[in-house]
Amino acid sequence: MKDTVLQVEDLHVFYGGIHALKGVSLSVPQGTIVALIGANGAGKSTTLRTISGLVRAKRGRISFEGKDITEELPHRIVEMGIAMVPEGRRIFPNLTVMENLLLGAYTRRDSQGLKRDLDWVFTLFPRLKERTWQKGGTLSGGEQQMLAVARALMSRPRLLMMDEPSLGLAPLLVREIFDIIRELCENGVTILLIEQNAKAALEIAHYAYVLETGRIVLEGEGKKLLEDERVRKAYLGEE
Amino acid sequence: MNGVSVGSLYALLAIGYTLVYGILGLINFAHSDVFMLGTYFAFFMIAVFLLPWWLSVLIGVILCAFVGMSIERVAYRPLRNAPRISALITAVGVSFFIENLGLVTVGARPKGFPRPELMKNVYILLGARIQGVTFWVPIISIVILLALFYIVYRTKVGMAMRAVSRDMETTRLMGVDVDRVILYTFALGSALAGIGGILWACKYPQINPLMGIFPGWKAFTAAVVGGIGNVVGAMLGGFIIGLAEILIVAFFPGLTGYRDAFVFAILIIFLLVRPGGLMGEVAREKV
Repeated sequence: MKDTVLQVEDLHVFYGGIHALKGVSLSVPQGTIVALIGANGAGKSTTLRTISGLVRAKRGRISFEGKDITEELPHRIVEMGIAMVPEGRRIFPNLTVMENLLLGAYTRRDSQGLKRDLDWVFTLFPRLKERTWQKGGTLSGGEQQMLAVARALMSRPRLLMMDEPSLGLAPLLVREIFDIIRELCENGVTILLIEQNAKAALEIAHYAYVLETGRIVLEGEGKKLLEDERVRKAYLGEE
Repeated sequence: MNGVSVGSLYALLAIGYTLVYGILGLINFAHSDVFMLGTYFAFFMIAVFLLPWWLSVLIGVILCAFVGMSIERVAYRPLRNAPRISALITAVGVSFFIENLGLVTVGARPKGFPRPELMKNVYILLGARIQGVTFWVPIISIVILLALFYIVYRTKVGMAMRAVSRDMETTRLMGVDVDRVILYTFALGSALAGIGGILWACKYPQINPLMGIFPGWKAFTAAVVGGIGNVVGAMLGGFIIGLAEILIVAFFPGLTGYRDAFVFAILIIFLLVRPGGLMGEVAREKV
């Protein structure tokens, strides 16, 4: 049994007066890809936002590598080793590509390791290297997604959370992103992934949870869920 | 030359408005009062504690930075998630509070500001007699503006400021302690206001608790003309307003009494014709 990196227990969150999460529990084992799938408004993003500290939980507990992080502030959580690729990429358009990357490394003090990681993300995303002085806002959608992933990696996270990384991308780019996710996992980064593209997510996920109106209704290995009749009907658009 | 001088002071003050607006979407009405406080701090250091000039200025500017940080901590931070109008009303309240506190403690009677010799000396330049203040003020202002640009565009905290101004939440996700960055922004803006106030007092050496109001409004106009939220724009706007104000007096001496009205007419025209300001950008969404 692998070590658990992230453990979420009985999480309740109210969001703008709505009971958005009604007791979500999940765990992410070391070195795996865990997917969270579900319809719009099921509470996927809220789950990630609560883990990252942007939203406060009403009840429940989140622990990362054994430490309780439920009450921590977002910047402390990044320092501890959780990075997020936010939904819609959220690149800083007024900052250069290089500045976007350096901002991702804001918490770091080791300039040598930082340089090494810059080289590392440039080998992962060679296209970014050609554009270091360009403003983030001038990149294409696909390049912005690459930058969002690269930026998150710059904090050397042990857990990477990705919110809809394939949203709005052309099919070819979607495949590229998923290849990179798999590659990152092979490099030892644990990944918690949210996707509307349930098929692609389940194909690469070791384990997956299905979220429906704030509750986990189904969980299992990615491949198994892919064959599950309920999942096929509800999320893969099959009759 | 006088226009450049006044303009550079407006620029110093306008940057404080624009920095805070860029980050919080808030017009910090108390900014012009920090400008006033700077002169009083320096005044008391020189006249009461008999400290040397350079030290008095330094202490005055540092105190201004602390006042700015305190205002943010006490008045604005609790309202971070409140509707904008609440923060705006609070800003007006803080401004009135400081002004009236000034009236009660130091009195409404203007005080003479002790200028350093450097500013009073008369130099002969190309046959014209020029007082030191006329060219030292813009020179000092411009050096400080350059230092500011360095901070905003070349340092880590400056990078964080620019990031917060665009997307506060995502900046948090980058591991940036946003509240601290906001505090630094207030410190920076307030320090500039303090310097601006002291230089203003060197130029017009009479200080009173309400002296910040008009320069504050004009600097705010400058920030809007330049495109509020934009640091380069604020500087540009400051020089434009300063030059415009002095030129109208120079060319139409009969209109001297209208110089303030003229500045606000520029504000109204800009708001009608180009509300984004000179450097204002149009938000675009990319897919």
